[in-house]
Amino acid sequence: MAKNTDSNVYTVLFASGMVLIVGALLAFVASSLKEKITENKRIEKQQNILYALGINENDETSVEFVSKNIVGAEFAKYITKQLVITGIEAVEDPNAYLIDIKKEAEEAKNPNYKRRLPLFVGEKDGITLYIVPVRGKGLWDAIWGYIALDNQLVVQGVYFDHQGETPGLGTNIKERFFMDDFKGEHILDGDTFKGITTSKGNADPKNLDKTDFEVDAIAGATITGDGLSAMLKKDLKMYVPYLKTLNQ
Amino acid sequence: MGLLSKKDAKLITDPLADNNPITIQVLGICSALAITAQLNASIVMAISVMFVLAMGNVVISLLRNVIPSKIRIIVQLVIAAALVIIVDQILKAFAYELSKQLSVFVGLIITNCIIMGRFEAFALANGPWRSFLDGIGNSAGYGIILIIVAFFRELLGSGTLLGYKVLGDSIEKTGVYAFGYENNGFMLLAPMALITIGIIIWVQRARNIALIEHN
Repeated sequence: MAKNTDSNVYTVLFASGMVLIVGALLAFVASSLKEKITENKRIEKQQNILYALGINENDETSVEFVSKNIVGAEFAKYITKQLVITGIEAVEDPNAYLIDIKKEAEEAKNPNYKRRLPLFVGEKDGITLYIVPVRGKGLWDAIWGYIALDNQLVVQGVYFDHQGETPGLGTNIKERFFMDDFKGEHILDGDTFKGITTSKGNADPKNLDKTDFEVDAIAGATITGDGLSAMLKKDLKMYVPYLKTLNQ
Repeated sequence: MGLLSKKDAKLITDPLADNNPITIQVLGICSALAITAQLNASIVMAISVMFVLAMGNVVISLLRNVIPSKIRIIVQLVIAAALVIIVDQILKAFAYELSKQLSVFVGLIITNCIIMGRFEAFALANGPWRSFLDGIGNSAGYGIILIIVAFFRELLGSGTLLGYKVLGDSIEKTGVYAFGYENNGFMLLAPMALITIGIIIWVQRARNIALIEHN
């Protein structure tokens, strides 16, 4: 049975059939796995927040989160309060960590919209830390992170992640050697907000100067680094008015 | 080899050296430049491409008599993309950490010219079993070059292998750094990947003169 696979009718039918089958298959796979994927993302968010707080299973150089099985309990134990901030007002909301900050940033383009800023208050070794979620653009796609600050607005821990930075270069933002550099960095110069910039040639590769508002940049990842600096400036700034009220 | 006939075995061994997709056919260069700054990423990429190419080759080969030739390239692209996305979704649900590592590669796998090249050149004309072997062989040949390039780029560029500091600590000045050695940051950039592949091509052709093309 030789078919004329070159005829136009056959070609159109084949194309339509293929689109229907592949489309249905992908839709089926996506919708049947959706619940599990959302759950995985929720767990990851808790792990990330705890990581910034310093609750993790790191050894010398690795990045290890608390395990999936205990993350719920650990999150409840260490995160004492979850706040939603508008300006300098803070309201408690036990599900603030589920706020989608990407959506909030888009809604905020409408000047009448009051942007809700989630803030997580955690306690570790008797010290209260304030964990700020940030989100920005890298080279190829989104980057985001969690910055843990103490009440003097000194960074005590960070976690960064990305959607699709270049392997081996931009992806290094989620490596220990980069993230650990942020510990102890100040973001305020006296009363002025400075943020933290990834910088090349700042003559401080060991990152001993904690009040220069700079960390050593990653070689070959200039745009990811610039995006990260911009993300920190833009997103941390929104929290500064509230955070400043903490030590008064 | 008892399992494979001599002809079938050649499908696997040929792409490893004398008909290597990267160094001889010069396919898949884009991803070979992009992701070889780290050995780890290269290994993940090699395994992912092997899976997609072997599976895709089998699917294309099974459909080879019904695919209309006018739109065959689009059909190939759809099949490659659908396979990659399905695998990515399944990993996201059941092996989330692994899928985080792979996230970057998903787009790179779909656009990898080796995939389209093998669909077009081999799977459309051969049976499923031979297409499967061809997929394994070509992705292995691709993977080997990726790993060789990444080995030199990570070693000379970052002084590490698989993330381990094999040359000592560049900031604390231990190991070879104590003697004034410095990492070559240029190795981390894409141009040096191209030069490294060029050197591999040179070495390979110098060792086997038959590979040199004559005009």
